[in-house]
Amino acid sequence: MTPMEVVDPVAATGLFGYAWLMIALPALGALLLLVFGRWIEKIGPYLAVLLIAGSFVVALLLFLQQLGSPADQRAVSVPLYTWFATGSWQIDVGLLVDQLSILFALLITGVGGLIHVYSLGYMAHDERRRRFFGYLNLFVAAMLTLVLADNYLVLFVGWEGVGLASYLLIGFWQHKPSAAAAAKKAFVMNRVGDFGMILAISTMLAMFGSSAFVDVNHGAPLLEGPWATVIGLLLLLGACGKSAQVPLQAWLLDAMEGPTPVSALIHAATMVTAGVYLVVRSHAIFDLSPDAQAAVVIVGTVTLLAGAWIGTAKDDIKKVLAGSTMSQIGYMMLAAGIGPAGYAFAIFHLLTHGAFKANMFLGAGSVMHGMNDDVDMRHYGALAKYLPLTFWTFGAGYLAIIGFPLTAGYFSKDHIIEAAFARSPLVGSLALLGAGVTAFYMTRLMLMTFGGRKRWVDGVHPHESPAVMTVPLIVLGALSLVAGAVMNSWIQGWLEPATGGHPHEVSLLPTVVGWATMIVVAAGVLVAWLVFGRRPIPAQAPAGNAITVAGRNDLFGDALNDALVVQPVMGMSRAAVANDARTIEGFVHTLSTGIAGFSVVGRGTQTGYVRSYALTMVLGVVAIGVVVILGLGG
Amino acid sequence: MIDHYLYLAVILFVIGALGVMIRRNALVAFMSVELMLNAANLALVAFAFQHGKLDGQVASFFVMVVAAAEVVVGLGIIVSIYKTRRSTSVDNANLLNR
Amino acid sequence: MTVVFWICAPLMVLGALGLVLFRKAVHSALSMALTMVCLAVLYASLSAPFLFAVQIIVYTGAVLMMFLFVLMLVGVDTPDSIVETIKGQRVLAALGALGLLGLMVFSIGGAVTAPATTTAAAEAAAGGNVEGVAELLFGRYVWVFELTSALLITAAVGAMIFAHAQRTKPKLGQKERADERMKAYAASGTHPGSLPNSGVFATSNSIATPALLPDGSIAEESVSRTLTERGVQLDSAQLKQITADAFAAAERVGDEEDEEL
Repeated sequence: MTPMEVVDPVAATGLFGYAWLMIALPALGALLLLVFGRWIEKIGPYLAVLLIAGSFVVALLLFLQQLGSPADQRAVSVPLYTWFATGSWQIDVGLLVDQLSILFALLITGVGGLIHVYSLGYMAHDERRRRFFGYLNLFVAAMLTLVLADNYLVLFVGWEGVGLASYLLIGFWQHKPSAAAAAKKAFVMNRVGDFGMILAISTMLAMFGSSAFVDVNHGAPLLEGPWATVIGLLLLLGACGKSAQVPLQAWLLDAMEGPTPVSALIHAATMVTAGVYLVVRSHAIFDLSPDAQAAVVIVGTVTLLAGAWIGTAKDDIKKVLAGSTMSQIGYMMLAAGIGPAGYAFAIFHLLTHGAFKANMFLGAGSVMHGMNDDVDMRHYGALAKYLPLTFWTFGAGYLAIIGFPLTAGYFSKDHIIEAAFARSPLVGSLALLGAGVTAFYMTRLMLMTFGGRKRWVDGVHPHESPAVMTVPLIVLGALSLVAGAVMNSWIQGWLEPATGGHPHEVSLLPTVVGWATMIVVAAGVLVAWLVFGRRPIPAQAPAGNAITVAGRNDLFGDALNDALVVQPVMGMSRAAVANDARTIEGFVHTLSTGIAGFSVVGRGTQTGYVRSYALTMVLGVVAIGVVVILGLGG
Repeated sequence: MIDHYLYLAVILFVIGALGVMIRRNALVAFMSVELMLNAANLALVAFAFQHGKLDGQVASFFVMVVAAAEVVVGLGIIVSIYKTRRSTSVDNANLLNR
Repeated sequence: MTVVFWICAPLMVLGALGLVLFRKAVHSALSMALTMVCLAVLYASLSAPFLFAVQIIVYTGAVLMMFLFVLMLVGVDTPDSIVETIKGQRVLAALGALGLLGLMVFSIGGAVTAPATTTAAAEAAAGGNVEGVAELLFGRYVWVFELTSALLITAAVGAMIFAHAQRTKPKLGQKERADERMKAYAASGTHPGSLPNSGVFATSNSIATPALLPDGSIAEESVSRTLTERGVQLDSAQLKQITADAFAAAERVGDEEDEEL
């Protein structure tokens, strides 16, 4: 492992001094909407959109200025203030605007802004939409804090902030017990990951005396023994929780209970990719520990297959997309675990995925909008004619995710598969298999939703969504097609100072692996068409074989959690309750009964007669006087 | 020598205390309290005489003012208790022992 | 000075004992007045003429009068029961009082050894007793003096609040009373009009005299129920009897005269 050159960020000048505005604008929006919301019930949502747009403009200006700067001047640190200083530690709050974080800021404010606009239409009839937009703004502010922070502790603040916003938004329709339960599940499972994060940050503080990225990057090469692996694995635990990677994957499918724009923004485009960001941001640690990297690769590979498997079996359109999200993030994790060669690809795929998956989620929302909020694909069919705009934009996302030549996914995913083969043929083959399964389940989704015959339930009249919803779809659809080609030859060089990787040639012409990928994808599409395209699709789900049943049940993730964690904990708590009832309560009861008996005796002295009290006072005065005069007290 | 004044004050004070302890009529008990205050006043004035300063007399004056205020409030309480309970016995006002 | 003391002191102790021992509160108050006046005299003997006047005016005049007013208000003539209700109270109270007495005599007994300096010098410096007290009051103790004014105001307000009785039911006007009566009549048949007057006889028109109804029976409601319960209601039969006797006698006389004729 070659020691890397660490590029230190330069001090902020000019526009960069205003980087904090990116976070402050949506934070202000959240404050206004959530605290003073009653007075701006009507204009609140528009205000939220406006503030996100302002945040996007700031991010864009900073990006343009970075483009214009020489490569070693692009990473800028913007110190804000000292959060606290205790003992030998001083925690400063500051922003790090570098090549990596600005891309995230653009993704979050750009896609986030489009989703805000979309929500104007999607949530138009919800009574609590002002609150919804307040939560969305809160999420954007927290997410920007996460990616712009210049040290792990501030990052953790944003990390928890997005967790909170995610909880609030999954459970936004809290009147549904399933939504409330899903929100709790997401929150609790994320705590497991956060536990890893806290331990990782604590270890950093102990090892480096600081949690700032700069100090960690400088200090990492000096680490001894297994500490790099320890920190790496702890960070990976945190990443698994936030990014729904195996073994902490179970919450993401239930999180689909939230409104669809939330699924698009939080559970597809931005928050769930925070784990990938964390691994890439901590590359200095991971580069030092092949074991931790291997763990990342294994987690990514397992998740990409598990997500694809689940996506294949589900009939709920949002859950198919959720499984797909898991799977795609698995790809990113895999790439991030490969090391310097993969970081840029991980981020590349993250960005393109952010565009095309948000596009597809919003498209699914548009479909649900037209189908009276029915999510079962078995009740769809032949919608291409009735929702043309949704169909075409969704189709763009479809082509991008299966990796149709020259679309976004073609570039980003194929690079990952190539890199995986370069690391190990086994991992590469599994990634290749994943690509085929992806093509299969996405084709299935397209055929069940837009193709075939009508299988609508009575009283459904599909209609195209209003312009406020379709315009974001068109923009994201266009991005799904061209984003890959635009960034393909540029992003490696751009990210090199931030991730420490060295760019290697990528060509537009497919390599051997590229051809293989295309063949596997085509096979996946063909199989899907043979199975779902030629025969009518039954309105009731057939019983299916063992594989399908496992997929439908989220690979028994819940049952596993229940058996391995919930039941033992319940047993322990029952034992604790029994212990509490017998031993501790018995002791306390005995004590309190004794005190009660004693106080019954003591109560006898309290007659309630003023005269007895006067007598007591007089006797007391005499006693005190005697003591004082005789000097008994010393 | 002002010894005898002080002994008189002590005797009056003790008689007053005795009254507070054994009389049930709130008014009489209250008068006993006044008697105790006056006994203290007598001692104050006697000490002022002994030391040749007027401060004791001023203190005694303040005691009288405070006693007047106390009498006003105390009698108000007695009247309001009488209004609700038709009794001036201090033993009847013993809700505290519940 | 000594003479004055030895005249006043026994009177004061007697007054104090009377205050504690008299069974009627009025007697207690009067014996307290005796103590107060004697105390004022002692103040004068201790060359405190200002306090002498204040003691007479404030204590004997104002405070004691207030006690007497309240006594009138709550009933003068109910002597206290002398039975002690709290077990052991008297014995313990006596013990406590004895202990207190012993304690204070013991502590004060040796307190004063030097001959008195008297306040003459201080008074001469200020130009008199009242002037001397005033100088201290408005000089060194002016802050305390101001505080007492706040205390007095508070006490006055507090006393007003205690004395004020909150109305628990709304005040009834003529109309409400009339409505109530009619309601009672509708509900239980109570006579809504005024009660019959008491009777008027040749020999008695007191309110204890029942009226007679036209059929000669007695109207029970014409006499206050309180009087009936006390048993002072006059027997109308007896009253009638007197008249009847008189008429009978007159008739008899008439008859005799007729016979004589």
